[in-house]
Amino acid sequence: MTRAIRAILFAGLAATTAAYAATAPAPAPAPAPSVTDTCLMCHADKDAKGAAGKSIAVDGVKFGASVHGEIKLKCTDCHADVSADKLPHPDKLKPVVCATCHEKAVKEYAGTVHGMSRKGGNAVAATCTDCHGTHDIKRPKDPTSPTNHLNLEATCSKCHGSDAVVAKGKLPGGNIGSKFHDSIHGKALQGAARMSAPECSDCHGTHNIRPKSDPQSNVNRARIPDTCGSCHKPERDAYVNGMHGKLRQDGVLAAPGCTDCHSAHAIQQHEKPLFQTEVIKECGTCHADYLSTYRDTFHGQVTALGYSRMATCASCHGAHDVLPASNPASKVSKQNRLKTCQACHAGAGANFASFDPHANKHDKARDPIYYYAAMFMEFLLFGVFAFFGVHTVFWFYRELREKLVRGRKSTGGYQGKERH
Amino acid sequence: MAIATGNPAGTVGGGQAGSASVTQRYYRRFTSVERVLHAGLMLTFVGCALSGLPLIFADRPWAATLARILGGFEGAGLIHRICAAVMIVVFVTHVVMVFSKAIAGGRLMRILWGPDSMVPQLQDGIDIYRNFLWFIGRGPRPQFDRWTYWEKFDYWAVFWGMVIIGGSGLLLWFPVFFSKLLPGWMFNIAALVHGEEALLAVGFIFTFHFFNGHLRPEKFPMDTVVFTGRISEHELKAERAVQYARMEREDTLNAALAPAPTEESKWFGWVVGGAALLLGVIAIVLIVFSVLT
Repeated sequence: MTRAIRAILFAGLAATTAAYAATAPAPAPAPAPSVTDTCLMCHADKDAKGAAGKSIAVDGVKFGASVHGEIKLKCTDCHADVSADKLPHPDKLKPVVCATCHEKAVKEYAGTVHGMSRKGGNAVAATCTDCHGTHDIKRPKDPTSPTNHLNLEATCSKCHGSDAVVAKGKLPGGNIGSKFHDSIHGKALQGAARMSAPECSDCHGTHNIRPKSDPQSNVNRARIPDTCGSCHKPERDAYVNGMHGKLRQDGVLAAPGCTDCHSAHAIQQHEKPLFQTEVIKECGTCHADYLSTYRDTFHGQVTALGYSRMATCASCHGAHDVLPASNPASKVSKQNRLKTCQACHAGAGANFASFDPHANKHDKARDPIYYYAAMFMEFLLFGVFAFFGVHTVFWFYRELREKLVRGRKSTGGYQGKERH
Repeated sequence: MAIATGNPAGTVGGGQAGSASVTQRYYRRFTSVERVLHAGLMLTFVGCALSGLPLIFADRPWAATLARILGGFEGAGLIHRICAAVMIVVFVTHVVMVFSKAIAGGRLMRILWGPDSMVPQLQDGIDIYRNFLWFIGRGPRPQFDRWTYWEKFDYWAVFWGMVIIGGSGLLLWFPVFFSKLLPGWMFNIAALVHGEEALLAVGFIFTFHFFNGHLRPEKFPMDTVVFTGRISEHELKAERAVQYARMEREDTLNAALAPAPTEESKWFGWVVGGAALLLGVIAIVLIVFSVLT
């Protein structure tokens, strides 16, 4: 059949159908009941229960509105072990085999974290119906579909946002739903830009959700920068050129990626004070010495109190593009250091850059003057407190004793005469 | 300040049973300016201590709470700087007064020695030794002149503290200006000594100064002399017999007679001094708790 003939035939069919629809507002009763109608004779009853006591009710209207109803699938297309000619059918039916039509999706599912967990005996692992529904399956484009862009968070959260299911199925990551909902992505999904905000499947995929340990997973440690970079390209490019990204290229997978600083699901806006002050601790998980010496400075003390209007790690070192001081392009290189200080301390003199923001009182080689000054202060404090500690204890003992002895002999001390 | 001259205003009736006389004389120990300076120092010291401690113990939950109470990092910083500025005024006023008084009296050398000098003397070493003998029951309680060795230590601790903390604090307050004059490592040292010296000052004032001046059994709970400016004859004789004898010898006792402490000055001492005592003790509890845990 040529394309032209096919088009003519299709146009003719469409015209006929339209004409029929226009002239017959009420559909004529079907000459014989369809298979679906036959099933609904029993299953339309809202209170219908099977032998096991479970509801067997099916809402015919909802099914009719579903994607399967729309394409006029018969009940027996899915429930293939039921025949309309042999009724009543057995109590126990075989599970529906979605793969009959959706071969590719089901094959993909088998290799995913959900499919493998279920195969491994985890009864709470999601199957097709947990996400798509049963008789009311809708296309993802449909705003009422549980797999719609705006509904997927709630759908995944049925399990991943339920403490009970998380505990029962030992789901990784704990209650992810609540973390995600308050995250910048979760909030974006409720805001004006919700259509372009990422939901679960944008990072994890749909039928191909794989555990993060799987090298093919979008959320595998090595692949996260590219996954995030599919939206955050400038940040991803800066990261790749920064020290952390370079370490990754050298095969150091332990080098931090996006989620190490930003977290996976609880991502916060980077301007928020809480993120600004909390992310410092993330730097400290690897750079413990530098965190500790930073905490000795005014910068570090103020941020430890929870105030972010003070230099954090990233203020001096940069964030995605962090580079070692030995690299001339680094914000803390000899060439750039003063400029970096001046970003906050406008007009700072050249000497400013020779302040050591990570001075270490235990490191004689790095800061000898500081080392000895700290030692002097320690001796001074110890000496004063030791001397007066002893002085006070003795004094207290002697004076109290004398006062008590005198108190027994007379009624007055040598002070207190002016008190009435 | 009006100097009383042996008139009946310098005496007050009453006195406890068992005391030597039925009337109580008072002698001037601090001038009104000195009392104002002490009150200013006390209030600004507590202000600086409370607004500065959260930084030193920034990793403790109480530090964040205290900082929040004081208006956050901005509020606490403002309180710290206002108190610091007033304290510098107190310090400069004191130094100017010491020198101008000495120069006017033509007795510049009395700053360095003599009974009115704050400079440690040989006698102070002897006093420490004799006081320890008394502590361990091997001697009588020593008697003192106008300033005891622990009072001199208090004085120099605060004097040196204000120079060190004030100087380093100015560096940290105006780093851009000072970076044009001083090398960068000076700011490291300034930050270090500012905090450590402050901890020493706070730790010293809120424990040993409080004990020496107020909390020890003979003074408990508070000695109001620094607020009223007047010391009773009885106390002067009992604790500073050397000073009393010297004044008798020099015939300066009558010139130092003063009216009994006013109710206002006593009230100020009890309320404001008591509040400072209380805040200081709270600060010490927090510090000790933080250092030990």
